[in-house]
Amino acid sequence: MATPLVEMRDMQISFGGIKAVDHVSVDLYPGEVVGLLGHNGAGKSTLIKILSGAYKADGGEILINGEKAVINSPRDARAYNIETIYQTLALADNLDAASNLFLGREIVTPLGFVDDDKMEAETREIMGRLNPNFEKFSAPVSALSGGQRQSVAIARAVYFDARILIMDEPTAALGVHETQMVAELIEQLKAEGIGIFLISHDIQDVFKLCDRVSVMKNGQLVGTERVEDVTEDDVLGMIILGKQPDKNRKTEEPAT
Amino acid sequence: MARGLKSFFRQLQIDTRLLGMVGALVVLWILFDLVTGGRFLTPRNLFNLSVQTASVAVMATGMVFVIVTRHIDLSVGSLLGLLGMIMGTLQLNILPDIVGSGHWSIWIITCLVGIAVGALVGAFQGWLIGYLAIPAFIVTLGGLLVWRGAAWWVTSGQTVAPLDPTFKLLGGGAEGTLGATGSWILAIIAAVVAVVLIFLSRRRKSTHGFAVKPLWAEYVLAGVSVAVILGFAFVMNSYPIPERAAIRMMEARGEVIPEGGPTLVHGIAIPVVILLVIAIAMTVVARRTRFGRYVFATGGNPDAAELSGINTKFLTVKIFALMGALTAVASVIASARLGAVGNDLGTLDELRVIAAAVIGGTALSGGIGTIYGAIIGALIMQSLQSGMAMVGVDAPLQSIVVGVVLVLAVFIDIVYRKRTGG
Repeated sequence: MATPLVEMRDMQISFGGIKAVDHVSVDLYPGEVVGLLGHNGAGKSTLIKILSGAYKADGGEILINGEKAVINSPRDARAYNIETIYQTLALADNLDAASNLFLGREIVTPLGFVDDDKMEAETREIMGRLNPNFEKFSAPVSALSGGQRQSVAIARAVYFDARILIMDEPTAALGVHETQMVAELIEQLKAEGIGIFLISHDIQDVFKLCDRVSVMKNGQLVGTERVEDVTEDDVLGMIILGKQPDKNRKTEEPAT
Repeated sequence: MARGLKSFFRQLQIDTRLLGMVGALVVLWILFDLVTGGRFLTPRNLFNLSVQTASVAVMATGMVFVIVTRHIDLSVGSLLGLLGMIMGTLQLNILPDIVGSGHWSIWIITCLVGIAVGALVGAFQGWLIGYLAIPAFIVTLGGLLVWRGAAWWVTSGQTVAPLDPTFKLLGGGAEGTLGATGSWILAIIAAVVAVVLIFLSRRRKSTHGFAVKPLWAEYVLAGVSVAVILGFAFVMNSYPIPERAAIRMMEARGEVIPEGGPTLVHGIAIPVVILLVIAIAMTVVARRTRFGRYVFATGGNPDAAELSGINTKFLTVKIFALMGALTAVASVIASARLGAVGNDLGTLDELRVIAAAVIGGTALSGGIGTIYGAIIGALIMQSLQSGMAMVGVDAPLQSIVVGVVLVLAVFIDIVYRKRTGG
């Protein structure tokens, strides 16, 4: 198989003596969606924040395209084309959609001033693709609905040619229709060869969208399985009990 | 009628908050004018008002950035005093020995050193706040005490005077103005620039295919801008310089005094010109630079700013350095206006500056604030104080009124924000 897009090897991080991520290794291939599952506090968000540069690991190494990567800040992560959609969306509520989309990467005029008109035009274009109903371009994002805010956060990740996309509960705030939209987007990004880490509570979501699942419990990796090799009950067992799936049973009586 | 007016202002796309503040200011002015029997709205009083507002307003523009990022700076009054002392001593006791007494460069070097020291002190406080994570309230409360004490030390408490004559022009007064011709030239340039900017912005918007306001609205906006600018110059030019001072000035310049006495007028004061330049620069910084964008983003959501790759710690250093530099400019204006630097220079200014920013719509919860708002806020504060002094309100009652107005203004702002959801 090809070189993985991302390999996180033996990652460790602790906060005040608690091992939030304890010797965890995961990988991600181009055009693949890997679901990260686990209870609250299992360490999945923490693990992913190491990759997005929000936290600095105490140990372990990250390889991007087979080469060792140094990620000490969100800026570093962006340089590796790693984009993150945070569960909190990480939007500055007082700024408009365009300012948020380009935050930290503003388009500037030759004189070095921010080019708001250009950024708004670009924002209108990408939002036209992602969420054609979106109209509030000059309002601060605090005036937007949950779904609209989510689409701004997604647009931000997609606009800058992500190779590796991290989605932390991307559908938590969304209605049925918008959730479907995100699912379609994920399919489309996969087809473009982008690798996606998807953090979710919703097992059904994960089974629908993911190729593999990595399950964490108490900061440790329970295991990583191909979705077609396991049942939802197997995965639940991994999440709740930290139990390895019984694969023999599966070959004898295929899941219904 | 009310609805017609509302849609009129909506089509103009003017911030209703701005309208509210200007409305409050106008009401205040008319009220004081009525109570004082027409003494408030005179060219003379408006000239004085403009000069008295300049120092606090300059600092208020910097305080907007500080408060927008959820910090506070209580040290500006004391820092203003310290910088005044340093600049006073420099131009009076140090520079004359180096470049020669009365040398033309004294005021320039003085200002540059003052601004540099101000920026350094500010950067230091910003470093304590940003990198060492000490709350700004504590750092600058410490600064309030430290810099006031340090100011005393510079001269062991002695007042520094008289200041360099050219330096003193920066504080206004009869000579520190643009005069009639200069004021008109400045006003006309400003009016032309304002009109050009309004229509350039319209053209830029329409080339991108964005909605633009109706053409008549642009004309109204341009007309009002031109009227305000030229009106201001006219009023300032209507304040004559007293005869004796005018004769002295003309003689000094070697001009012939015309029959029937001199007709010199004040015109726009130099500190007001300084304020205008800073107001424009700070507005551009706030709206058109990455730094300004990051200030507001950090104020709106510090975590999001951090996750977007913004170095919020260094940003804090820069914001406080800017505040320090602006405090130095304010110190130049304040000390030049008085012609001397005493120990109490700038005392309580921190509260005036914070009040100006807050009355001007800067939210202490962060993320929201405008430069023009802070300047109008400073003007409202100064109008209140000057007006009450003119009416003969006792000093204690003045403080009470200013305090009540501050709290009331913030309350109105909160109600307004709840209603508009902004």
